[in-house]
Amino acid sequence: MALGTDTLTAREVVAQRLRSGSGDPRGLVLQGALLLAMLVLLAVLVVLIGDILIRALPVFLDRPVDFLGSALSSRPARAGIVQGILGSVALIVIVALIALPIGIGAAVYLEEYARDTPMARLIRTNIRNLAGVPSIVYGLLGLAMFVSTLGLGKTLIAGGLTLAVLVLPIVVITTMEALRAVPGSIREAAFGVGATRWETIRSHVLPYAAPGILTGTILSLGRAFGETAPLLMVGAIAGTFTSTSVGDMLNGSYTALPTIVFDWSGKPQDEFRALTSAAIVVLLVVILLINATAILLRNRYDRKW
Amino acid sequence: MTVHTPVPTGSPAEHEPSGGPTIRVMTTPAAIDESEGIEPAASALATPPTFPPEEVVFELDGLSCFYGSFRAVRDVSLQVPRNQITALIGPSGCGKSTLLRSFNRMNDLIDGARIEGEIRYHGVDIYEAGVDPVEVRRRIGMVFQKPNPFPKSIYDNVAFGPKVAGFRGNMDQLVEESLRRAALWDDVKDKLKQPGTALSGGQQQRLCIARAIAVEPDVILMDEPCSALDPIATLRIEELMRELREKYTIVIVTHNMQQAARASDYTAFLTMGEDRAGHLVEMAPTEQLFTRPANRITEDYITGRFG
Amino acid sequence: MTASGQPTAAPLRATDLQIAGGRRGRERAIRLAFLAAAALSIVISIAIVFSLLGNALYFLFNVDLSTLVTDGWFPRRGLYDIATIVVGTLIISGIAVLVAAPLGLGAGIYLSEYARPRVRRILKPILEILASIPSVVLGFFALTWISPNLVQPLTGAPLSNMAAAGLAVGILITPLVASVSEDALHAVPAYLREAAYGLGARKRTTSLNVVVPAAVSGIVAALLLGLSRAIGETMIVSIAAGGTGNSLFQLNPFAPGQTMTAAMSALAIGSDRVRGAELTFESLFFVGLLLFLMTLALNLLSDAFVRRVRSRY
Repeated sequence: MALGTDTLTAREVVAQRLRSGSGDPRGLVLQGALLLAMLVLLAVLVVLIGDILIRALPVFLDRPVDFLGSALSSRPARAGIVQGILGSVALIVIVALIALPIGIGAAVYLEEYARDTPMARLIRTNIRNLAGVPSIVYGLLGLAMFVSTLGLGKTLIAGGLTLAVLVLPIVVITTMEALRAVPGSIREAAFGVGATRWETIRSHVLPYAAPGILTGTILSLGRAFGETAPLLMVGAIAGTFTSTSVGDMLNGSYTALPTIVFDWSGKPQDEFRALTSAAIVVLLVVILLINATAILLRNRYDRKW
Repeated sequence: MTVHTPVPTGSPAEHEPSGGPTIRVMTTPAAIDESEGIEPAASALATPPTFPPEEVVFELDGLSCFYGSFRAVRDVSLQVPRNQITALIGPSGCGKSTLLRSFNRMNDLIDGARIEGEIRYHGVDIYEAGVDPVEVRRRIGMVFQKPNPFPKSIYDNVAFGPKVAGFRGNMDQLVEESLRRAALWDDVKDKLKQPGTALSGGQQQRLCIARAIAVEPDVILMDEPCSALDPIATLRIEELMRELREKYTIVIVTHNMQQAARASDYTAFLTMGEDRAGHLVEMAPTEQLFTRPANRITEDYITGRFG
Repeated sequence: MTASGQPTAAPLRATDLQIAGGRRGRERAIRLAFLAAAALSIVISIAIVFSLLGNALYFLFNVDLSTLVTDGWFPRRGLYDIATIVVGTLIISGIAVLVAAPLGLGAGIYLSEYARPRVRRILKPILEILASIPSVVLGFFALTWISPNLVQPLTGAPLSNMAAAGLAVGILITPLVASVSEDALHAVPAYLREAAYGLGARKRTTSLNVVVPAAVSGIVAALLLGLSRAIGETMIVSIAAGGTGNSLFQLNPFAPGQTMTAAMSALAIGSDRVRGAELTFESLFFVGLLLFLMTLALNLLSDAFVRRVRSRY
């Protein structure tokens, strides 16, 4: 083999290789494909929100206040979501009053008091499994327990209890994580000066974990706000009814914002398409506000002492 | 230096050249001279010093500490005298911290931890049924290896202990006095509301000492309190310990032999046996342990042959 | 106080080392309260199982078993063909996983291995926003946009069809798959990546041949969780899949179909007529029990895979 002028020295070969940069075509393709996945998701989000907004625009341009303040009606020009707003707010209040104390209490027990016994491990696994149960099954539970057995009937309280049970495992899990993040040295220091367990928890552990707990619970309330299936199972009205007072709704017919969306989705008239989109806008705005609050809180308190 | 040195029972009293108790040993500390091929008394266990009853704060009687089925400390018997600084030294892993933490039942907080034997505090078995570890810990305070002030203000750090103990008097005064005794008052007197975590390492540790003092304990346990501090801060803490000795009994765990030699009155040397459990090799007045150790293993340790 | 250095006046007694009665009582009461809260979770689980089992077993014992294998699901007429609703569920969930796997895993790998911090700060919120969209909204979107714009033009399907619903469910579960798989990839220890780079491997090789295989258990767990969520999804299929309360057995994804969840909600919304013919009410719980068991099995399986990841490292 004759040495020709086209043979490179070792030095030149190395220089060429090192300088060729990230010339890995297949690597670029992979990176492109992955980026594409993200872009598809972004596109989906943009299209979804854009489409909804465009559809909803006529309603907000035409009769925004009336829309927010009117009751349900089979006539699109008169239909509004006030009952849904009232119902959803009332439901969230019930959920907060029930799920938060019980959920945080259970988490405190599991993280701070329980020793590593089989019983404690059972409870922990159990809660994790409960978090994965489909929401409609919680609806069945509500139907069987709250509506029938406890005789609450198809009332808002039954709905609120059902949602509270749905949200409970999530509250427990997020609170447990927040408690676990508290450094052990703080507890040790408190015990070291002769504090009891509750005094330690109350004065040191809970304050330290509070931002994390708050974030988790607010997010779970946001999730409850958007739930529909369980409410349908326990009798939230997907139709029309007249009363707009909360008092009436506590004991009788009630609905929630997502339930209205569901009901209106099924109506073929074009006007109802617009109304549904408008209701969705309101729903999304509320949920986004709730989530944003939670995340803002988390970021603000993340810089610990 | 007027230090109240307890005169132990059974000693030929006063005019000991070292001013301390006599140690009875089981074998004669023979001339340990390897070149002559003399076999040293390898496992001679010196009997720890005993003190008159009113001078005894802790008495350990065959104390063993377990984590589940693992024995971390085996059969320790010794006495800790009042208003003295007693140091526990030994190679790492030999159970010194475990032993120390059993004095104030801190090990109770670990799943599966238990003890066998007895540990008596002023004559009372602190592991007896009916004794509440919370009360024990109020009387027997602890300062930890890494300073751990609460993420609260300096004032609140010191005030927390007395508050949960039900203190009803003048808290401001108590806080000031505790900070003075911990030699921290001048540094922080005009920033009591600032977070405790904003102080330097040495200051944080003194804050932790003030916090421990605030509940007016009888004993202060210190678990390697200077190991996370720089040398200057370390010396300040050692000075502080000597001041604190007037009012409190101090037991300190340290892996720093020079510190033990500098700062303590009595030293107990523990080491790990083949069963990986720590046991007491020798306890004596500090000067004696470091200059005339009765046990070969002790001598090996303090001359740096192991550990 | 005994701190003055003088000998203690009176000898210490064991009772001195007891905590004050009031303080101790309060401790006990508080502990009990927390324990009750924790025990409540067990009560809830038992309640779920009981409420499902009771009615479901009643259904099984009283139903004419031949009605469980008929042409379709017509509960108010007493025809309870299980295959119809299970197949519908599987078709839609299958489509969902086919969508969510590449999108979710792609996003997860990208976020974990490639994205720079600035990019992450934009992309993660996108996933979080997507995750917070309620399923009713996606159902509406499926019916009014996905079906007419994507499915119908390509296949001539009717407006309500399983494919559109499946796509929407896929979008629903993608954030879940993305975040669980990203966690799994993140959990791969740095030393593995460093070992690969140290040998001169490129990023592509490291990612695909080292990190992903190491995280495979976590990735499988992510997909199982996604599948479980897809199976349990109700609102999208109720709105967009076209299953009314009555459906014939259907294998074609481009036709309307019925899932277990939609069947249940249809039964319930007949509101006053839930207690319709004969065993209609109990059939609701029977399907609910099936659904519960399926998702439980998937979740437990997914847990098992997560445990495998942990035990490795």
